[in-house]
Amino acid sequence: MNLFKSTVGRKILMAVTGLCLVGFISVHLLGNLSVFWGADAINAYAKHLHDLGPLVWVFRLIMLGLFAVHITFGIQLYLENRAATPDNYAVQKTLVTTFSAKTMVFTGLIVLAFLLYHLLHFTVQITNPEISARNLALVDGHLDVFTMVTKSFQNVFIALVYIIAMIALLLHLMHGISSWVQTLGWSTGSSQDKVTALGKIVAIVYGLAYIAIPLLLLARIVK
Amino acid sequence: MDLTLHVWRQKGPQDKGKLETYPAKNVSPDMSFLEMLDEINDGLIRQGKDPIAFDHDCREGICGMCSQVINGRPHGKQEQTTVCQLHMRQYSDGDEIFIEPWRAKAFPVQKDLIVDRTSLDVIMQAGGYVSCHTGGVPDANVHPIPKPVADYAMDAAECIGCGACIAACPNSSAMLFTSAKVAQLAALPQGKPEARKRVKAMTEALLDEGFGNCTNHYECEAACPKGISVKFIAKLNREYLKSLMPTSTEA
Ligand code: HEM
Ligand code: SF4
Ligand code: FES
Repeated sequence: MNLFKSTVGRKILMAVTGLCLVGFISVHLLGNLSVFWGADAINAYAKHLHDLGPLVWVFRLIMLGLFAVHITFGIQLYLENRAATPDNYAVQKTLVTTFSAKTMVFTGLIVLAFLLYHLLHFTVQITNPEISARNLALVDGHLDVFTMVTKSFQNVFIALVYIIAMIALLLHLMHGISSWVQTLGWSTGSSQDKVTALGKIVAIVYGLAYIAIPLLLLARIVK
Repeated sequence: MDLTLHVWRQKGPQDKGKLETYPAKNVSPDMSFLEMLDEINDGLIRQGKDPIAFDHDCREGICGMCSQVINGRPHGKQEQTTVCQLHMRQYSDGDEIFIEPWRAKAFPVQKDLIVDRTSLDVIMQAGGYVSCHTGGVPDANVHPIPKPVADYAMDAAECIGCGACIAACPNSSAMLFTSAKVAQLAALPQGKPEARKRVKAMTEALLDEGFGNCTNHYECEAACPKGISVKFIAKLNREYLKSLMPTSTEA
């Protein structure tokens, strides 16, 4: 049975792709936080990304591959696990598992739905053309990403979509960010409790930082 | 004490089954859980009714036959204790107790609380053994095995194959059971030659038998009457990763 069929093999592929995605959201978060440093900072960040030229497309293809593997196996494992588990007990008590562990596939799918919206919103820029960077006046010869972002998040609907999606991401990470240590065979039993606790802290930091962007802009604490 | 039992009754594999309620009167706190059921069954037999079918054998916590989910927990509420070693002093007068069979697609119910656990045997047959000739009893210390390694293997060998880990798992995965076997044998010199083949064969059998995939909920460890640690699942994952590397004896 090869890697793509084995029960452990597919978990390992999920862990490795999940970890790469964590790497991506780390870098992405650092870039996004530049909005708090004002228009020049985030516009310069956007310009740097655009200047990468064809490299951007290489990067996008890699991301597509990572998501494809992670999502395909995520859904496949979920369906298999559901098929393996019959109708529920009349009384069932779980002792140690968490809400986030039980909802991985759902929080994942919320993140996926959000991702598609996010790309249409900020990359393709077709959901709110009136505040799209490409329809705004250039500043110093480059796109005014700052105005697009601040105007977007002053819209309650858009800000709420982002906040809800980031709560889903937070929940996904609550389990995922430490789960890979076990999946890749690095935990030793006594270590896993600490790793899990640390993972939850990291997930909360990521989640709150991501939520802060739409929230502070919506509240006009940052303009 | 007087209790109310809600017991899963199912005539056979095809029957739909349902919970039936039985009063349990004058239960002594010194009885084991199975002795309490024996008394209920005596009463049912006297009334000409079909007694509750349940699995048991040793009644001393080593055979792994007893298999009941009691108030939502495999083997009941006492930690690291099989149903046969659970005593009625854990309960108090007036308690309502729900008793159900292990539930997993790979464990079809045969009758009442009895499930068919052949699927665990199939996983064992796929690689839960060493196929070298062991000969007569060797001299002591012929195989130098460090104490921590021997202890580790013994901890894994504590698994009695009861299946509570599967009954507790939200995915009905048999990973804790399988990992205990894989880890025990992979730790010892006799098991090493077949370690690569074993981990692949046993995890493949696990899926073929209709168990789910492990997603690190760790409910298995919490339910296990023998305290088998999920560190053995990490060990199984390591053994699987190792099996992906080429070796010098492979072409
Ligand atoms: C930026 C986005 C995402 C990140 C950073 C991420 C990260 C992770 C990580 C680190 C894991 C742990 C792997 C392991 O258990 O070893 C994981 C598991 C999982 N992810 Fe994601 N993921 C993302 C998006 C998604 C999406 C879009 C789906 C859609 C279905 C998804 C579904 C799952 C599922 C089902 C699991 C398995 C849970 C388990 O094994 O307990 N993820 N993810
Ligand atoms: S690992 Fe524990 S719960 Fe699972 S079969 Fe072995 S003894 Fe029973
Ligand atoms: S009857 Fe043997 S372990 Fe319970």
